[in-house]
Amino acid sequence: MIKVEGLTKRYARTLAVDNISFEVEKGQIVGFLGPNGAGKTTTMRVLTCFLPPTSGKANVAGFDVLENPLEVKKRIGYLPETPPLYPEMEVVEYLTFVGKLKGIPSGDITRRLDEVVGRCAIGDVRDKLIGKLSKGYRQRVGLAQAIIHNPDVLILDEPTSGLDPKQIIEIRELLKSLAGDHTIILSTHILSEVEHSCERVIIISQGRLVAIDSVANLTKRLRGSESVTLEVEAADGRPNPTEVQQRLEQVAGVSRVVMKDSKNGRLSFEIESLQGRHIRPDLARSVVNAGWSLNEMRALGLSLETIFLQLTGSEQKEAQVEPTVIQGDQQ
Amino acid sequence: MKNVLLICQKELKSYFASPIAYLLMAFFGLIFGFGFYTAARDFVRFSFQAQMMGQSQPMNVNEQIIRPLVGFASTIALFLVPMITMRLFAEEKRTGTIELLLTSPVDDSEIIIGKWLGAMLLYLCVLGMSALNFAMLFMWGKPDLKPVLVAYLGLILQGGVLLAVGEFISTTTRNQIIAGGVTFFVCLLLWLLSWFTAFDSGATASVVSYLSIVTHFENFGKGVLDLKDVVFYLSMIFFALFITGQSMESQRWRA
Repeated sequence: MIKVEGLTKRYARTLAVDNISFEVEKGQIVGFLGPNGAGKTTTMRVLTCFLPPTSGKANVAGFDVLENPLEVKKRIGYLPETPPLYPEMEVVEYLTFVGKLKGIPSGDITRRLDEVVGRCAIGDVRDKLIGKLSKGYRQRVGLAQAIIHNPDVLILDEPTSGLDPKQIIEIRELLKSLAGDHTIILSTHILSEVEHSCERVIIISQGRLVAIDSVANLTKRLRGSESVTLEVEAADGRPNPTEVQQRLEQVAGVSRVVMKDSKNGRLSFEIESLQGRHIRPDLARSVVNAGWSLNEMRALGLSLETIFLQLTGSEQKEAQVEPTVIQGDQQ
Repeated sequence: MKNVLLICQKELKSYFASPIAYLLMAFFGLIFGFGFYTAARDFVRFSFQAQMMGQSQPMNVNEQIIRPLVGFASTIALFLVPMITMRLFAEEKRTGTIELLLTSPVDDSEIIIGKWLGAMLLYLCVLGMSALNFAMLFMWGKPDLKPVLVAYLGLILQGGVLLAVGEFISTTTRNQIIAGGVTFFVCLLLWLLSWFTAFDSGATASVVSYLSIVTHFENFGKGVLDLKDVVFYLSMIFFALFITGQSMESQRWRA
């Protein structure tokens, strides 16, 4: 459905996208993952014919973005990072305008409008001015705008940014219900997003394609070590954190101990094992033998975050975000 | 064509959804009304004096009220145009709605012409305020209708050129104030070109005065319809809209 070959986009001074190639099959949901400034938005803008590529080819639904932009645009629904809304319009008025703009025959507009209003759950605000809507509703109106003409391909730039957790779950459900008939590319820098809703992941970093695979395969490929979180009770400052850390580091098979937190008399650590070692029984024994209270111990699966960091290099560690943190940044 | 009308309608709606349309109409109505009142009062005063002195020379409403006022309107238009055109593209670029327009199956030219038409219609609404004043002259007097129509055609064509120029300037920035300010200065410059050559002759002078928007308006103001002037205005409109398209295209490649 989407075929990108050797796509490069150069701005005046920076190389935003560097020789990226990938393909997306019909009906798939693909997550486009990368830190801020990795080139996600630029790639999406090329696919939607908003920007022409500097070199390389992009083909959507059988049409080239440079040779046949109008045909491509007819088949694409696009939600940019900031939803393209006119604050002075009412929701219904806006969606009618977009519907006509996308070429829906005037006889079908009302039917399509009612459908997307239902799907995106914006019935409550149908007749409100867009300028008066909350961020969550704006995002949903933006999504309604992208799907109103029932496009083959949906391109969503950070569709869940600015939404609260409940709304995020609703959008995920909506995306899942859309998959199948629609091919969806969604970009995000929130990793759990991809784990939840995408079948395949395309990871890019600094304009380069780093990995493209299914979520399961990526995890399999990089599995090997185990990571564990562990919490020790430490009332009145005893035992002291360095003491605990040192003891944990001495356990056989441990490669790294990082102290995460020490609040309310609790010390929590994240511990990584060496390749192929099973360290949990030893860790528990070590803590208990020292006479400390073990509050919690939990094995962490190798999360996409870890994979991501491994693939994009550790310098991006700072860019790591907690899955539930809501990000609303603009590029 | 359907898309042109769709975008034109959307533009017109945004103008009238914000205070800008009403403000422009009110201010233009006020200023023009003031000018009209002054001109009409003086006309009445002079015609009384003329009668008392026993002069038989008839006073002419067209010459003495309508013609200067039409010139006045064409000058006010220079100030109105930047306020109409500054938001056309700059606002869409700033709020990001330009992404919607440019990723919809619509041709650039349809967007440009649609927006220009929307601006034109608002400009006509504003000009319409002056027609209310002239309507009074027709109710209580017998001015010639034809020169008035020609003058309005001139105002519309001149406005069309300036609006197209303003639209072009609006594509070059995402800041409305800059778009409005630059448009104002360009309008002013086009207007000043006629002064530059007022007492000059020679090749440069005639080229410059040919390019002056105001020089071409003079005939319309007199009620003289000259095909040369119509062609000038139409080709200027076409040219300005054309470079608007070029500007959009070049930004797409440079951005």
